[in-house]
Amino acid sequence: MSQQNGSEHNGQARQGTFAVKAGLAQMLKGGVIMDVVTPEQARIAEEAGACAVMALERVPADIRSQGGVARMSDPRLIKEIMAAVTIPVMAKVRIGHFVEAQILEAIGVDYIDESEVLTPADEAHHIHKHKFRVPFVCGARDLGEALRRIAEGAAMIRTKGEAGTGNVVEAVRHARAVMGAIRRLQTMDEDEMFAYAKEIQAPYDLVQQTAELGRLPVVNFAAGGIATPADAALMMQLGVDGVFVGSGIFKSSDPARRAKAIVQAVTHYNDPQILAEISEDLGEPMVGINLDTLREEEKMAHRGW
Amino acid sequence: MNPIGVLALQGAFREHIHMLERLGVPAQEVRKPGHLEGLAGLIIPGGESTTMGIVAERWGLVTPLRRWVREGRPTWGTCAGMILLAQQVAGQKEGGQPVIGGLDIAVNRNYFGRQVDSFEADLSVPELGAPPVRAVFIRAPAVTAVGPGVEVLATLPGQEGRPVIVAVRQGAILATAFHPELTDDLRWHRLFLQMVQEARPQVPAE
Repeated sequence: MSQQNGSEHNGQARQGTFAVKAGLAQMLKGGVIMDVVTPEQARIAEEAGACAVMALERVPADIRSQGGVARMSDPRLIKEIMAAVTIPVMAKVRIGHFVEAQILEAIGVDYIDESEVLTPADEAHHIHKHKFRVPFVCGARDLGEALRRIAEGAAMIRTKGEAGTGNVVEAVRHARAVMGAIRRLQTMDEDEMFAYAKEIQAPYDLVQQTAELGRLPVVNFAAGGIATPADAALMMQLGVDGVFVGSGIFKSSDPARRAKAIVQAVTHYNDPQILAEISEDLGEPMVGINLDTLREEEKMAHRGW
Repeated sequence: MNPIGVLALQGAFREHIHMLERLGVPAQEVRKPGHLEGLAGLIIPGGESTTMGIVAERWGLVTPLRRWVREGRPTWGTCAGMILLAQQVAGQKEGGQPVIGGLDIAVNRNYFGRQVDSFEADLSVPELGAPPVRAVFIRAPAVTAVGPGVEVLATLPGQEGRPVIVAVRQGAILATAFHPELTDDLRWHRLFLQMVQEARPQVPAE
């Protein structure tokens, strides 16, 4: 049967509402979103049980080693990946580059990542994401940054971590910063909450909503440095809703096996017996980078504001 | 009442658990075959049906789930859950995907298109009475054919006046193409609990 547009079915149907945008992120929870650079890799990810793929030309580890300006991927590559799999396909745009976002919306990607992994296009403004029908995910290092992105229309948040390093330490730092801040927020009275909203430069209504919910108002994944099933389970136990794995899968020696193991680890993150079983014989993980050997200007997490 | 299980392999299982808690019903996450024991009913949530099928297969959950449904135990699938319960699925990934089956319908995955085509709409559901329910469709499937024992509970107006089926019931099985767990409306969950009360499985729960 041919696919038909929802709006043609129902005069009263409303597309692109925040509930519809945030709702897809809710369906991705408990899942793994994998970076892929070819349709073949996308098929491997789907077979392994990825809940979505991120289509791009170079994984962060290669962007890091090759240098140069990193931009939105060729729409043709993204369309080929969309045609290869039935799961949702995400793609990245540069921070502030709303025309790259218009292009991705036009080709029908399911989610846009306004990403610090690419070279920023605007050093003051992020994309006004409420204007789009396609939902956005954005990176954050702390609660203030997460709530600023939500105010701009992000329907999903991910910790930034430090992409392309295979080192989970920054993802842990950022997840702990967000979760810790939410726990402190819940002990505050209203006077303190006004002062705190000002301190973290976040809209007061979102700060108040976060305190009431005891979590971010949208789904929150971990990203940036996850390379093993244990890394993925660690992030889940720290309280995130799911994980992005970038270079960690296709820069390892046995991507299909590692991808499957990380998917299982995110479902069974609280079951050490299962985690032990799936961590066996995965081959070599990506080599990884120690963060103290990276110069400050080489860190991607500082991009975005 | 015995707990209602919610399949917790991937997807929006916590939202269903919150709805059940609001109705004062105990809920249990189901990740392994042993977790099915002693449950009064089972909800298969929204998420990615391919992911859920693959994870279920890895830990030997597909066969116990098939047995659960075949024995006439109360089961409700939302979105991905509807796909997993359908006897026939069009639009599967290359090579097919593990499914549970048992509900005599054909579904088309992502019938309405990609995420940019996802939508919310008000549905009139005679079974639930007035007012209409708000239904959130996210990369949603639709039912393209139903067997003789299947009752259609809700439709959307389709092209050339042909309605598109989005909610069905067959015995103790309920399936919705949309996500009641993303709204504040508890009527679908109440309907399922009523089905749980009335269910007479072929093999009694211990």
